[in-house]
Order: sequence, then C-alpha cells, then structure tokens
Amino acid sequence: MIRVALAAALLAAAAAPATAESLVVSLSSDRVAITSNYTGSSVVVFGAIERDAQTVPRAGDYAVVVTVRGPPQSVVVRQKEPFGPVWLNREAQRFPAAPAYIGVFASGPLAAIADEPVRKRLRLGLQAIVDAPDFTNDRAGRDKPFREALVRLKDRDRLYITNEAGVTFLTPALFRASVPLPAIAPPGGYEVEVMLMLDGVALSRVGTHFRLFKMGFEEQVGAIARNWSAAYGIVTAACAVLLGWFASVIFRRD
Amino acid sequence: MQVYLPIAEMPVSVLLILAMAAGVGFISGLFGIGGGFLMTPLLIFLGIPPAVAVATQTAQIAASSTTTVIAANRRRAVDYRLASVLILGGFVGTALGVWLFATARRAGQLDLVIVVSYVTLFTVVGSMMLFESVRDFWRRRRGGPVRPPRRAGEHAAWLGWPLKMRFARSKLYASVIPIGALAMFVGFVGALLGIGGGFIMVPALLYLFRVPIGVVVGTSQLQILCTTAVALVLHAIANEAVDIVLALILVVGGVFGAQFGARAGRNMRAEFFRFALALLLLGVGLRFGAELVVPPDEPFSLAASEPRS
Repeated sequence: MIRVALAAALLAAAAAPATAESLVVSLSSDRVAITSNYTGSSVVVFGAIERDAQTVPRAGDYAVVVTVRGPPQSVVVRQKEPFGPVWLNREAQRFPAAPAYIGVFASGPLAAIADEPVRKRLRLGLQAIVDAPDFTNDRAGRDKPFREALVRLKDRDRLYITNEAGVTFLTPALFRASVPLPAIAPPGGYEVEVMLMLDGVALSRVGTHFRLFKMGFEEQVGAIARNWSAAYGIVTAACAVLLGWFASVIFRRD
Repeated sequence: MQVYLPIAEMPVSVLLILAMAAGVGFISGLFGIGGGFLMTPLLIFLGIPPAVAVATQTAQIAASSTTTVIAANRRRAVDYRLASVLILGGFVGTALGVWLFATARRAGQLDLVIVVSYVTLFTVVGSMMLFESVRDFWRRRRGGPVRPPRRAGEHAAWLGWPLKMRFARSKLYASVIPIGALAMFVGFVGALLGIGGGFIMVPALLYLFRVPIGVVVGTSQLQILCTTAVALVLHAIANEAVDIVLALILVVGGVFGAQFGARAGRNMRAEFFRFALALLLLGVGLRFGAELVVPPDEPFSLAASEPRS
C-alpha cells in the first residue's frame, strides 16, 4: 500500500503545474478502519517537491513541517485550588474547538526552520497552535496556565505530540513522515497540512485529510445505540439479567 | 488481549476488566450491595469516559444481583412484600434525586455535592458500623452480656406507626411509613451519586429494622436489581452512554465473582460480616476524603465533550 501511495505521489508530481516550488502530497491511506482488535494505527504521509525549469536553484536545504489535527472537541480544563482545608475545582477555561489529536512532524528543529513570529503566524508547532489567540478566550495572562495544562495532559496520553525528526528526506525532493495514532485517538476527520519552508520562509502549503472510522460490528453498535436507544438499553439489561440467571444455573449445586 | 469498545471508543484489556469485575462481584455477592461505588472509580481510572462508566456498570450490578436474588430465593431468603415496598419508595426517591441532580448541575456545583455526599455517607455509616461491631467484640471477649437477639414485641416506637404490614420472612410487623421513607432516601441518594444505594439499605435494614442478615441481602439485592435495570435503560435513552461490549465483559466477570461471594457470605459469622462491611465503607469514605484534602500532583484536569457529528 505504501509503495502504491509513493508511486501515486510521484505520478501526481509529474503532472503538477509548474510554478516555482510546488508540493505534492499523498497518504498511505485516507480511510483508517477501527475494528474490534484495533490498538492504534499509523498513517504515512509522502511528499514530493516539484521545481520547474525556470526556478532558480536555491542554495539552502528545504525543510518540511507536517501538522495533523484530529476532530475538534469542546474541552474544559479545570484547576483545583485550596479552599480552606479542601481542594476544589475553582477556575476553568473552555477550549471550544481543541483538536482531539495534534501531531507536529518536522524535518529538523522547529526553532531552526523558522523564527518565532513566523511560526506564530503560520501556526507551526504545538506551541504556536495552542498559544494562538483564537484557540481559547484571552483572559490577560490568566489563560496561560490552562493552555500549558492542556498540552501537558494531552501529551500524557500521546494525543499532542511533536517529533522534530519525524520527516525524513528520501532524496532531496522526496520525503515521508509517519503519523502514529494512539488507540484512544477518537474516530472522525483528521486534517493533514504540509508546509514547505526554506530559509525561514514558507514556499508552499498543501492540505489533505484522512478519516478514522469504526467499521463492521463497532459501527453497527454505535448506530443502534444512537437510533434505537430504548431497544438497545432493554436488550443490554435483558442480556445482563439472562447471564445472571445462567450463572446461577451453572453454579447450582445445592 | 485487547478489545475495542464501540461506545467508549477505546481499547481495553479483556482480562483486566474480567478480573476487576470478578473482584467487585465477589464483594457485591458477599455483602448484598451493588458494588457500583467500587466499579465506577475503577473504570474511570482506566480512562473510560465517566458517563460511559457510570451507565455501563449498572449492567453488571443488574446481572450480579439477579444471581444473588435467585440464590437467596432458593434459600427462601427474599422477602417479596418488603422488597415491593422498597422498590415503590425507591422510584419516588429516584425521581427526586434526578431532579436535584439536574438543579445542582445547572448551579455548577455538582462535583462538590457528589464528593461531599460520598465522604459524609461512607464515613458516617462506616464508622457507626465499625464502632458497633468493635463494641460487640469487646463485650464478647470480656464475657459480658452480648446484645440479646430481638425479643418478640420489642421494637422502636416508629415501627408502630399506622399502616402496619406483616413481613413474615423478615420477622417484622411494622408501619410502612418508615420503610417507605428509607427506600425514598436510598433512591434519592442513589440517583444523585449514580450508585444503587445498597450500602445504606443493608445497614439500615440490619440495625433500624432488625431484619435477619440472610433476608437483608436477598431483599436488598432484589430492590437493587429493579432499580439498576430501570437506570440502565434510562441511561441508554438519555445519554447513549451504555457500552454493550464493556457491559458483557463486566457481567461475565461479575456474575462469577458474585456467585463465590454469595457462597462465602453464607458461611460468615454475623459479627464478622458487619465488621468487614464497616471497614470497606470506612475505607472508601476515607479514600474520597483524602482526594479532597491531599494537595494533588496535577491540579488541572480535562473534560471533553464532543459535538456529536
């Protein structure tokens, strides 16, 4: 499958219109299925840098940053603070559309690829994404610990990850990046953004996406629980009572 | 062995969940309590979303209480008249509890109400029972007078209120009013805390109504069975949070555990039964209390609510 995707990327690269550097990106699969033995997966991003004949050869090396964003969720981060002798949840900060998963993969240290204002503007890197003013409402500095806590807690579940050696150049114009998806990454649409950088300047940006979805039994259970919720509940309760009765038959000795 | 849970949307280890369910089932069968107050925190600790954990573990309670009720019924240790009074009172209390639940959530203080109620109930009920059983133990050691078994005609004044009913198997002839009030209170607390309330029902029947231990367990389990079966269906309709795969794993582990628990409970001496249950309740209460008092390593916590696509 990976080889097919690579070939597709190369073919597409050959057909792309030539305007200075252009990027061609392909995924190892655009549909990742969750089945009953799913324990996480990974998607490989392939890319080719295409230059037309007129483009002046550049002196520096290309740098690539791949950013993957999972389905947006409304997340509330709460902070416990001492209140008399007990610790209670006091302050809270809402992130109305925080991606459930963020993966940032680069061909080198982000600090070397672009300086901070550029990273902020282009939303390059986890820090720049989470610190963006529209990520949550700004409360004059009081939102900062909550942004940091979000990254820390998500990092603990491997849901917000940064890998500054995650993009490998196979040839000077061909690269790949492996996107690991932990098992608890939720089903939904995942946006992939590939940014081509040179000397701290963005040359090209291409977006694509893949879908993580439940298949077969898992998908049907979800649909039944949504559409026939009463029947689903009654069947579950009946199963429980029946199994309880069954166990007492098995164990009947007296 | 890992299996993916379709509603919780995460994989879990089947053997781990089976072992947990068997352990909680054993305790549940032993004491005639539901065990929800043990199972829910364990499931949340494994990373299962709280709504799914609360809703799904009711299936295990329903199953293990079915087993216990059938076993108790064979020993003629279920008082059906008492159970029906408890169930009716319980439904009224549950409705009130659900209403307060919604009100407290609107006021934004639900977490606090839940933790404080947990700590208060468990430590109070637990220490009362512990005190009682330790005192009995010392009296026995010193050869002093042990609390005599209940004599005919001896009862608290409020048992003599009007609307008296005869509960033959419980050796009880008492007014329905205090019994119904107890059931309402248990249903109310249960709905508020997302638990069956067996841990209040069992000591109350034992101490306040002096119902024999064997009958207490069977009767309280019948009441728990009815309450949790209704709660399971309501959770499935209202929250779509019941995970049938997780439910089945929990049920299979739970019923076996409950079976052995019920067997062990039959051979247990009454004073040890009370002592062990007291320790369990007190332990859980202190555990929740510690959570409230000890400075946390990570003061921040996440709660995600996905917009349904």
